[in-house]
Amino acid sequence: MREIKTDEIIKTVSELFQHSCHYLPDDVLNTIKKAHETEESPVAKEVLGKILENADIAGAEQIPLCQDTGLSVVWLELGQEAHIVGGDLNEAVNEGVRQGYDKGYLRKSVVRQPFSARVNTKDNTPADIWTTIVPGDKLKISVLPKGGGAENMSRLTVLAPAQGHQGIIDFVVNRVSESGSNPCPPVTVGVGIGGTTEKTMMLAKKALLRKMGEHNHDPEVAEMEKEILEKVNKLGIGAMGYGGRTTALAVNVETHPCHIASLPVAVNMQCWCNRHEEAII
Amino acid sequence: MAKKITLPLTDEIVKDLKSGDEVLLNGVMYVGRDAAHKKLVASLDKGEKLPLDLKGATIFFMGPSPARPGRPIGSAGPTTSYRMDSYSPRLMAEGLKGMIGKGMRSQAVKDAMKEYKAVYFGAIGGAGALISKSIKKADVLAYDELGAEALRRLEVEDFPATVVNDIYGGDLYEEGKAKYKKD
Ligand code: SF4
Repeated sequence: MREIKTDEIIKTVSELFQHSCHYLPDDVLNTIKKAHETEESPVAKEVLGKILENADIAGAEQIPLCQDTGLSVVWLELGQEAHIVGGDLNEAVNEGVRQGYDKGYLRKSVVRQPFSARVNTKDNTPADIWTTIVPGDKLKISVLPKGGGAENMSRLTVLAPAQGHQGIIDFVVNRVSESGSNPCPPVTVGVGIGGTTEKTMMLAKKALLRKMGEHNHDPEVAEMEKEILEKVNKLGIGAMGYGGRTTALAVNVETHPCHIASLPVAVNMQCWCNRHEEAII
Repeated sequence: MAKKITLPLTDEIVKDLKSGDEVLLNGVMYVGRDAAHKKLVASLDKGEKLPLDLKGATIFFMGPSPARPGRPIGSAGPTTSYRMDSYSPRLMAEGLKGMIGKGMRSQAVKDAMKEYKAVYFGAIGGAGALISKSIKKADVLAYDELGAEALRRLEVEDFPATVVNDIYGGDLYEEGKAKYKKD
């Protein structure tokens, strides 16, 4: 049994959130740069230029890219041969969030009671923690600081199986269209298809972690990603919704087997500020 | 070329602003989001004096990240505006003339903008580091207990924004989309 100390987990989670809130992943940055070069709308081009300038300032001056440093979403893939020592695993993750949001001057954006008192927990905990047990003796930690603007545009539907391919395309494109400028486009569109509904939502959210430029390994799904991206970028919404060609940077679809009676589809969007990072202990 | 504007806004200033215009705002603006708006409207309902003078005022819908030592503010980009839609017309009736945020407004808000001659500016969502550079001073005015959601007073220099909704019914979101939509 390999031992993994909670202290190391705390430190790793803290650093991942601090770093991800100040630096965009290279693949995201490069995709925005490309969009900036090719954008036809002068207003949208200007916006994309400012987004790139913002990324420079954030890194150089250690000011978070966006003031909304999100609700802390954390995925843990824990090797079944690993043994956590030094305390409670979930508490270690929350402690990492607490320390990272404090040290990194990140915004605390979590309220304890969701519909009435809405009092801020003041340390951005609790995190949303999703753990799976996998082969091996390591712990993989992926973090996604999820801002409210993009998250609020999430939707789930359960189609009749007969609606098939076209039903999915219509639902997703329509969702992006209705969301307009709210989720800070150009967005990454995460799409989950299949499972039962909580699984569908999770597929859509986890799809946001995929590296830009990569497609689903199933050629049929990859084709669908390209088709949706093309349709979404014909909507004309553009950067910040001011009109333009780049409404989405990527469309990532993940699928899962589902019940004979169901065709659940979920959309989870991420803003241009697609911050996420991972580490393996 | 972006137009330089000195706050507070007046009828004179807003009549020259059209959807799509780029502006650089200078002077004093206020900051509030959902919770502060709720409190402001509750105060108005009770006939209490407000912690700010709404006449000609501009409110930036924003909740900053904490300032590092020696800096006036942390990251400071706009939040999504529709959450303020139920409060904004009431504040416009009391003199509010400018709002800064991101995302579409309701028809009721757009109608009120025409009626009270107020404008809605878009700031770049997520560009909180860039926008923070134009904020020279920030003070909490009221509702300190709300943390990031407190009511603040800002002094800004060349704060970059774009006119989204003007007093003539112009709407950059609709116009921009129509221009670049492909069938
Ligand atoms: S949607 Fe994203 S970029 Fe826009 S304000 Fe929220 S976290 Fe920031």
